[in-house]
Amino acid sequence: MAYEIEIILNRQLADCLSMPVFITDTTGNLIFYNEPAEKVLGARFEDTGEMKAETWSTVFKQQDETGRLLQPDELPLMRTLRDHYPYHKTFRIVSLKGNAEIISVTSYPIIGRTGKFLGAVAIFWSPKEL
Amino acid sequence: MKISIRGVRGSIPTTDPETAYYGGNTSCIVVSENDWILLLDGGSGMQRFNLLENTNIRRIDLLLTHLHLDHIQGIGFFNPLFDPSFDIHIWGPSSNTSSLHSRLSRYLSPPLFPVLIRDLPCKLTLHEIENSSFEIGPFNIESRFVIHPSPTVGYRITGEHSVFTYIPDHEPALGSLDFYNKKWISGIDLALSADLLLHDAQYSAQEYRRKVGWGHCSMDDAAKFASLADVKHLLLTHHDPSHTDKQLNELITDLKNRNNYLFNYELAAEGMKIELT
Repeated sequence: MAYEIEIILNRQLADCLSMPVFITDTTGNLIFYNEPAEKVLGARFEDTGEMKAETWSTVFKQQDETGRLLQPDELPLMRTLRDHYPYHKTFRIVSLKGNAEIISVTSYPIIGRTGKFLGAVAIFWSPKEL
Repeated sequence: MKISIRGVRGSIPTTDPETAYYGGNTSCIVVSENDWILLLDGGSGMQRFNLLENTNIRRIDLLLTHLHLDHIQGIGFFNPLFDPSFDIHIWGPSSNTSSLHSRLSRYLSPPLFPVLIRDLPCKLTLHEIENSSFEIGPFNIESRFVIHPSPTVGYRITGEHSVFTYIPDHEPALGSLDFYNKKWISGIDLALSADLLLHDAQYSAQEYRRKVGWGHCSMDDAAKFASLADVKHLLLTHHDPSHTDKQLNELITDLKNRNNYLFNYELAAEGMKIELT
């Protein structure tokens, strides 16, 4: 079954952007990430294909400025998946290799012509300050 | 299932003798089976629908892919709308900003047209569809939104023995980075293994490069789409109004010289009749 056109067109847009973009389905499974996102994730979409939510959510840890682990309901994408609204937050991510980086994440829901929630998009930014 | 092609031109009708072979009327297709009639789109080709061939039929279903003018301009000249003995059903894509009635009324009202929808004497019923499945007589019909500016659907029509897919305005390449993964191709579910696919092919590959995002398809992409969908027969339609018969013949010859698709493919022409068995 093909994806809805709103998902397909979001992927096309993501492919044209220089910011890392992750696209998930309605349950958080990662269905596409663009080339800049490959650098964040440390993997190529061609190699991994789609990733289950429980798999890609463990690729990095999310911490606040004090090093406290953030709970899922504090993360923009998780909040978007839960209530279908956009969110934004700046925090620290630590990769499995231990590399730490401060990022800002903007997430938004994909709500199609029919008014149905179809998935979510997370865009990663390099913030000027935490 | 019988398919009768009444209009194949994209965007605007042409009356030039140089387009007379393939035809100058905009989109309209007649589908019939067991005394049921579907009209697909109400372009200028709709005026050629001959009621004398079907004198016993009093219900007609008009399935609109979208409401661009070249797909509705024939509606006002469709005689059964002005006959109280007819039961007319118009099906069209929903919009989250205005109703189908409201959008059709923009055309069927002054100053663009002298008669209001509410004054039409036929029994008229409007149906708003989206990604829908519904039945009309012997036909099982699926509609799905496809990539084209403004709400636009394609149709997969399953009859008793055959499947006909109609996607006259479609730009699948706009959303498909990889034209090999079916999950990421707009409209592919409608066309899978269809006996006949009538698909947008407005541009040459060269023209398409200058018109990305206009909502239409190159002949090359239409053929790739049909190949991926594994259709049995492809009819290329929505011919660009600037393309003469001679140019269309050159384009299809060039396409065939560069490809070895196993399915039958050709240009749609007004007056074509195809029976799917």
